Amino acid sequence: MLATHGDSAKLLAGGQSLVPMMAMRLVRPAWLVDINEIAALKFVKLENDAARIGACTRQCVVDRDEALYSRVPLLRQALAWVGHIQTRNRGTVGGSLAHADPSAELPLAAQVLGAKLVLRSSKGARTLEAEKFFAGPMATAARPDECLEEIHWPAWGEKRTGSAFTEIAIRHGDFAMVAAAAQLALDADGRCTRAAFGLGGVGAVPLAFPKIAARLAGTKLDDEAIGDAASEAAKATEPGSDLHATKEYRRHLARVLAGRALREARDRALAVR
Amino acid sequence: MSDTLHAVAIEVNGKRREARVPARLSLVDWLREELRLTGTHVGCEHGICGACSVLLDGDPVRSCLMYTVQAHGHRVTTVEGLARPDGSMSALQDSFCETHALQCGYCTPGMLIAAQALLDSNPDPTEAQIREAIGGNLCRCTGYQQIVEAVQLAAERTKAK
Repeated sequence: MLATHGDSAKLLAGGQSLVPMMAMRLVRPAWLVDINEIAALKFVKLENDAARIGACTRQCVVDRDEALYSRVPLLRQALAWVGHIQTRNRGTVGGSLAHADPSAELPLAAQVLGAKLVLRSSKGARTLEAEKFFAGPMATAARPDECLEEIHWPAWGEKRTGSAFTEIAIRHGDFAMVAAAAQLALDADGRCTRAAFGLGGVGAVPLAFPKIAARLAGTKLDDEAIGDAASEAAKATEPGSDLHATKEYRRHLARVLAGRALREARDRALAVR
Repeated sequence: MSDTLHAVAIEVNGKRREARVPARLSLVDWLREELRLTGTHVGCEHGICGACSVLLDGDPVRSCLMYTVQAHGHRVTTVEGLARPDGSMSALQDSFCETHALQCGYCTPGMLIAAQALLDSNPDPTEAQIREAIGGNLCRCTGYQQIVEAVQLAAERTKAK
């Protein structure tokens, strides 16, 4: 279908973004390809170093999965901010990534963790890093004939790992003005061995800051080191202004929320003995 | 867009309903216009207000964001399906009346569906859990406090039984 109709066809997953956009006549796809009943796109498989999730797996299923939560806790932490119960009951993991809203939570989690996305067309499959997948606001590197098939979420093996997700929105469940996610691993002495964090809603795509995060490794993650990392990350953002928030306010939120997410992640990792 | 009609079989409030529908007929329009189940309300029609909430296989969803064909083979419960078989109000519906949990009534069917789904999975919810459960439903009369009280009352009564 996609190969035949190209851009005039759209895949319909949970429909929690595409259908509202159609209702407002922002998009008018001539063809809709409903993938909701394709069982092969719905699964959660835990492997040694990753969780593989089928693209059409509903957000509520991921939210409730305890084994998955113990391996990739950032997913449930992010989902707590995604819409409402009614939308999570229909919305899918892959749909949210393919929609690529720059302020959405799951794309940010994918960037921070360095998720890998498997895209399939009738010609075969290819795998893209999250960083290569997100191309701009509501734009991805997926070709018109490709369907997102599954997502590999890295699971960190370190025992003392902590993660956190936080955001500010006008009302809980609304689009984030700014969102922040972090994941940290500590050694037995409480020294950081690995760090990842990122910000959403402050650019064309969700941003991860691997270089700034790398400098946290080796530190004790005191509030000052975290504050410096958060400031540096906020400076690197290019937020836009709109009715709800100026770019200055968004950049301020970026610094505050990045710091908050990093501190929460650190405290959770410290709590693991 | 095509005029082709698609055959569907959907269980609505315990009854199997068959129909032939256009591919892009929303579930809420089918429920209201074809089945005349007008208890489910149409509010914003883009998934914000929650007035159109129905249970799909027991889970609350927005029926304005689903096409009727997508409900084929599934089970739908509307607000009409919450009442007891003899037509009298459910414990939750009675509680809404008693605590004055509605004024204009526009959000009420969606609130009832969201609250019933909560009580089905969690018979003894905390206030925070109730607020989370109805977080996707807007009330323009700002009656949230009484709605929370209604759900608490229904939970207490169901427990006492």
